[in-house]
Amino acid sequence: MITRPATYWTVLFISLQERLVYRGEFAMSTLMRFLPIITQIFLWQAIFSAIEVERGSETIAGYTFHGMIAYYLLTTISRAFSSMPGLASGIARDIRDGTVKKFLIQPIDMVSFLLVRRLAHKLVYYMVALGPFALVFFLFRGFFEGWPEPHVFAGFVLSLLLAFLLGFFLEATLGMIGFWFLEVTSLMFVYMLLNFFFSGHMFPIDLLPGIWGDLVRLLPLQYLAYFPAAVFLGRVSGPALAAGLATQFAWVVFFAVAARVAFHFGVRRYSGFGG
Amino acid sequence: MDNRGLSQFSQHGDPRPNQPPGDAAKTGLSPSAPPAPLRPSYTRVAYTFLRNSLVRDMTFRANFLIDTISSMVWVLMNLGFYVLIFEYTPMIGAGTGWGKYQFFLFLGTTLIINSLTRGLFLANAIELSEHIRNGTLDFILLKPIDTQFLVSLGRIEWSALGPLGFGLVLMLHSFGQLGYAPGPVTVVLYVFYLACGCAIYYSLMIAMSSTAIWFGRNRSLLDFWFYITNFSRYPMEIYRGPWGDPLRWTFTFLVPVLVAVNIPARMLVRPLDVRTAADWTLPVFTIVATLAGLAVSRWVFQRALLSYRSASS
Repeated sequence: MITRPATYWTVLFISLQERLVYRGEFAMSTLMRFLPIITQIFLWQAIFSAIEVERGSETIAGYTFHGMIAYYLLTTISRAFSSMPGLASGIARDIRDGTVKKFLIQPIDMVSFLLVRRLAHKLVYYMVALGPFALVFFLFRGFFEGWPEPHVFAGFVLSLLLAFLLGFFLEATLGMIGFWFLEVTSLMFVYMLLNFFFSGHMFPIDLLPGIWGDLVRLLPLQYLAYFPAAVFLGRVSGPALAAGLATQFAWVVFFAVAARVAFHFGVRRYSGFGG
Repeated sequence: MDNRGLSQFSQHGDPRPNQPPGDAAKTGLSPSAPPAPLRPSYTRVAYTFLRNSLVRDMTFRANFLIDTISSMVWVLMNLGFYVLIFEYTPMIGAGTGWGKYQFFLFLGTTLIINSLTRGLFLANAIELSEHIRNGTLDFILLKPIDTQFLVSLGRIEWSALGPLGFGLVLMLHSFGQLGYAPGPVTVVLYVFYLACGCAIYYSLMIAMSSTAIWFGRNRSLLDFWFYITNFSRYPMEIYRGPWGDPLRWTFTFLVPVLVAVNIPARMLVRPLDVRTAADWTLPVFTIVATLAGLAVSRWVFQRALLSYRSASS
């Protein structure tokens, strides 16, 4: 099944147009997304004030108060790249209601089609979200120690791009489970919870002690939120940075293959009902 | 799935509590007089809702079990986060008194209030916005019972009992760890303020969902609810400083979500001990806020109903 690049350009272009219709809703939901961070700032301020008074210490697992808030702000950028709202559940729904049939008939590959559509979705999101993000980071610039070195920044950008691909292929693979189970909503909910806690979205995963920390570091989830933020803050540097990026890339390849394998075997047992 | 559940009840012919047989006779009106005002028994209707929702949940047992498990996973993960925090700090906020087990009493209170309001009202609030969009609110308006009552309680989610029970267990455990048991007065005050907290949350929820009449749709209700209650998840003492003070003031006096959990939780941690003016102003204010919240939300609801145009019928 060979599709001309022009086809994907058209898909991208149409999806861009489609997405731009909802730019108002996009901008609002972006600003709203920063609201929980306000609570986090006050919570951590209270925690750091307590450890300073009670224990005379100013850091938690190597994070200062400012470092901690900078971390949370940076994870919002990671999440802007890696989160794929509605991707897995959309695939599962298409399988359930039979929409997936069109990919079996039309000469276009489903995973690539969805990737291009998601790319358009994200591009529009960045166009619209750039304003709110710039505003929030400008207001909270005091929490940062300045711009990182150019090579660190390059590593950060690379890890964000890989985070997008990892998020896409991971969720696409999950969506393919719909070929085997008709109802995947609860499974998605559990994944969302695990993602929230173990990607580093709720707290930096290096806070986890002992075996818990080791286990979470084995999962690919940390590359969706924790890793890019840690790169920016200079917590991962030198050989560790190269190794981290290589591991992230390996996970991308793993899930890119897994999604296609799952689709291949899923289609074999797929039976379309209705018209 | 839900419709199947509903139609099942109508087939079984549940007792119709909104029209007790001898009602017209009791009010002393002759049959030729204008239609007698119907006086449904609200407690019986509420009981029927509770029962029907339980039957529905038990009809789809696997779904109920999954709902319960996933909400418990969420609760456990949150608890894990706080356990992690208390690995690093003895207290939330220097000198506030919110140590680990005091905070777990707070967390237990949050869980109880959240699961009560979610279980009783959230599904209904979301459904209200759908009723408005589809025009099915027409049928609710026709029922001879208070519309707000019917809209608020029609569907009760029993799976919310899981986190509620967990909150109670967590609180018992925390009392055990603190080596202290609350006296009867404290318990009565606690339950009273718990009810106030639920009423404040409910007022906010119903007022927010009825705005769907003006906006046509209110898809972000759940998000908005999450963001608002996000502010009340922690002791109000953490909001201080040039940004925190106005924030605390706003969410105490303008949108009183902070007092909803804080005041009952404080009853347990620092049993009402009136030493300074501040010790009684907030509890008194909470009562005022509860009454005002209920009144304002009812006003908003009724104003919104006046603008209802019955979509697509």
